[in-house]
Amino acid sequence: MTAPLDPTAPAVVAAPSGLPAGTIQGRSLGQIAWMRLKRDKVAMGGAVVVVLLILIAIFAPVLVGWFGHPPNEFHQEMIDPSTMTPKGGTGISGDFLFGVEPLNGRDIFSRVLYGARISLLIAFFATLLSVVIGTVMGVVAGFFGGWVDTLISRAMDAFLAFPLLVFSLALIGVLAQFETSLAVKGDTLRILLLIFVIGFFNWPYIGRIIRGQTLSLREREFVDAARSLGARGPYILFREILPNLIAPVLIYATLLIPTNVLFEAALSFLGVGIPAPTATWGGMLSDAVKYYTVPHFMFFPGMAIFITVLAFNLFGDGLRDALDPKSSR
Amino acid sequence: MVTYIIRRIIGAVLMLAVVSMVTFAIFFVVPRAAGATADDFAARYVGKSATEETVGNLADRLGFNDPVVVQYGRWVKGIVAGAEYDTGAGVENCPAPCFGYSFISHQPVWNDLLDRLPVTVSLASGAAVIWVLAGVATGVLSALRKGSVFDRAAMGIALAGVSLPVFFTGIVSLVIFSYGMGITAPGGSFTPITENPAEWAYNMILPWITLAFLYAAGYARLTRAGMLETMGEDYIRTARAKGLPERTVITKHGLRAALTPIVTIFGLDFGLLLGGAVLTESTFSLNGVGKFAITAILKNDLPQIMGVTMLTAFFVVAANLIVDLLYAVVDPRVRLA
Repeated sequence: MTAPLDPTAPAVVAAPSGLPAGTIQGRSLGQIAWMRLKRDKVAMGGAVVVVLLILIAIFAPVLVGWFGHPPNEFHQEMIDPSTMTPKGGTGISGDFLFGVEPLNGRDIFSRVLYGARISLLIAFFATLLSVVIGTVMGVVAGFFGGWVDTLISRAMDAFLAFPLLVFSLALIGVLAQFETSLAVKGDTLRILLLIFVIGFFNWPYIGRIIRGQTLSLREREFVDAARSLGARGPYILFREILPNLIAPVLIYATLLIPTNVLFEAALSFLGVGIPAPTATWGGMLSDAVKYYTVPHFMFFPGMAIFITVLAFNLFGDGLRDALDPKSSR
Repeated sequence: MVTYIIRRIIGAVLMLAVVSMVTFAIFFVVPRAAGATADDFAARYVGKSATEETVGNLADRLGFNDPVVVQYGRWVKGIVAGAEYDTGAGVENCPAPCFGYSFISHQPVWNDLLDRLPVTVSLASGAAVIWVLAGVATGVLSALRKGSVFDRAAMGIALAGVSLPVFFTGIVSLVIFSYGMGITAPGGSFTPITENPAEWAYNMILPWITLAFLYAAGYARLTRAGMLETMGEDYIRTARAKGLPERTVITKHGLRAALTPIVTIFGLDFGLLLGGAVLTESTFSLNGVGKFAITAILKNDLPQIMGVTMLTAFFVVAANLIVDLLYAVVDPRVRLA
């Protein structure tokens, strides 16, 4: 952050003499950032893919209705009974765009599309949870300082020292045993559980960054100015500091989403995510390991993860460059 | 310096105490809050066919009816001083460090962990050598030739590298190099280094490269960013101005400063990996600590899960401690802070 980013403040620029008034317009920092982002073709490419992925996830049932078959429908007629692999190697045709799975002939296209729903749903809400906890904790620690800061900072250190994957595996294992005694069941419970576990363990990453930003913002001249004009704590916090945290929160939230996509895929791959027969990319990959002679089975879910994570990373990197020109690559 | 070391060691021990409490809470307090009884815990040790009386007896013998604080104390005491478990059929001795006794494998958890440790240490250390060398070298070269073809190609590959899950690259490389071309070992191969070092390296090369690729990509990006930042500092201009050879400026002035954040991250990453490279070990069917962890979780073997969690946490805390102490040696400012 080189300058406070306040999209609401009108930037007034006096027109130089010789030019008719109104030809030169002041631009807010938000507009400048948007212009920079628009010029970054790679980032915009990432953004387009991200939007497409979200649309695919939302409209998966419609798309599958048009181009595929229900994700859990068996197509034994597509399987060669002697090898249990798809007839003709992959089974790719106009009817089955990505071919069929070995053994039971489920439509890979439909399953990849439905996998996008689970993946993005969990990644988005887990990120939201981390961002909310992380921002609140970071701002509180950075703004109030003292023992509050010490306590929160130590807690963040402790969280970062935890073996994240093993802990979440264990926690999911423990919580899932009580499925019968809870109000929600099945996939809904598992999705909520994954959102909670992934989101809960990731908040210190955001928290640390926000704490650092808050600490440095607190000492800036414009905060001093507000204070000397008689502004009190809440005003400074909500009107001076929080608006300036929008940029870092946006950047790191965008960069946390792909991490969470990978996390969910890993948990499903290990068999503690959403259980079969619900389609998940990680679950499909773990099935595909057993059928390495049929490489198209691992190719499509693997590429789906890759494209999703890459698109979010590209967009996030571009967003950082646009909002935070100091870190120019 | 001595006070700094002592302070850090105390901090590390406190951290382990916190981790042990959280671990214990996850497995004993959370289920209890969700409605599990002492008998439910005991039932996990004897299996579903046992009568209610047997389960009740076992719950008493293993102390699941005691207050939570007493149970936690007993667990920690076992780690420090060892423990004995009365299984009913005889008393099983579990010497320190006793991370619990598995009633499924009928072994102290520690013995199982020690069996698995060589695999994980081999995997993590070999991969670490590759990723540090490759990642840092690529990052430095990219930063020095910012905008060049090499830089753009390297950063493109690095971005792809951090976007690919290790279990996908792992399977694909197994399919291509082991099952397709037959030039590397198939999944599940491991030979101890003490038996045959050449075969050890041959079996590990594919897991090493797969795991190292992921980390090298991240380290290349970090090193490049760090180098770009330090090479723009005033003291680099000063170093050049006083006529130092460019080599010295880059290695002694630029890289040295750029490396410090990398060292911190390396400590965390390596510590975590020593506690089990869960995904890589699962993909390549290596019987390391990580595979042990996931199997324990799927089997629902409580003492094993807790043991492996504590071991991983220990490695992370120890690695952080070592990094902190090295920092204090390298950078005197740290000691004063």
